[in-house]
Amino acid sequence: MAVDGSLVGRAFPPTRPYRVTDEKVRELAAATGMSWESGDRVPATFPIVLAFDAMNAFLEDVEVELSRIVHGEQKFSYVRPIAPGDVLTATLSVASLRQIGGNDIIGTVSEITDESGALVCTTSATLVHRAAEVA
Amino acid sequence: MSDTVLEAGAELAPKTYPVTRASLVRYAGASGDFNPIHWSDRIATAVGLPGVIAHGMFTMALVARAVSEWTDGAEVVDFGAKFTNPVVVPDDEEGTSVTISGTVKSVEDGLATIALTVVSTGSTTGESQKVLGMPKVSVRV
Repeated sequence: MAVDGSLVGRAFPPTRPYRVTDEKVRELAAATGMSWESGDRVPATFPIVLAFDAMNAFLEDVEVELSRIVHGEQKFSYVRPIAPGDVLTATLSVASLRQIGGNDIIGTVSEITDESGALVCTTSATLVHRAAEVA
Repeated sequence: MSDTVLEAGAELAPKTYPVTRASLVRYAGASGDFNPIHWSDRIATAVGLPGVIAHGMFTMALVARAVSEWTDGAEVVDFGAKFTNPVVVPDDEEGTSVTISGTVKSVEDGLATIALTVVSTGSTTGESQKVLGMPKVSVRV
């Protein structure tokens, strides 16, 4: 099933506000073998926790199975570093859509904003929606 | 502490990190990415993958770890990569590993830009393959 081309430009509802805690940052850092102490810098890939939530909601909306998604590209562009105590929200929009070899290549952009609405980080993801094999 | 000097042309000492099925389970739980292609061979092969593969974001997080170790936790301003080849993680004790090396391309306007090379080496095959395309990071200096 190909993804509908009219999705391009559509913005999805913001994710529920997410409070960044020392415990969560430590857990995520530990998952990559890092020991993280309060006051250390939050790892640069941390916003994926929110962006992934936004992506899940998007995939559900367009009725795409997560297991058919492979990550093609990811970028993070920071306005300021994230710190524990931040309350963040991700808003995903579809930036581009093309088909290559039966696969949908979906370009998404998620803006991560803080409680005041200020932009903290823009993260873009290219999602490859793998076509089902033709029997 | 790191004694890395961030100046144009500087080569950063390669970092190698192990990646096992246990790493993927732990990362899935911590990140919330429960895509079954990262834990089920059955589902991974059903969608045409060679087997369970690492989360692209796990590989990227390991790169962020290397950058943090090289730069003593410098502030990352931009970070991006393409996932060009999957990191296949066999269900055995050793799994696989990811090795990250970097070269400082430029230092200007308070930002150091580091070009990276990220390869995965299979424990059984011993073969290395680049897994990220054009991985690049800019940190504040």
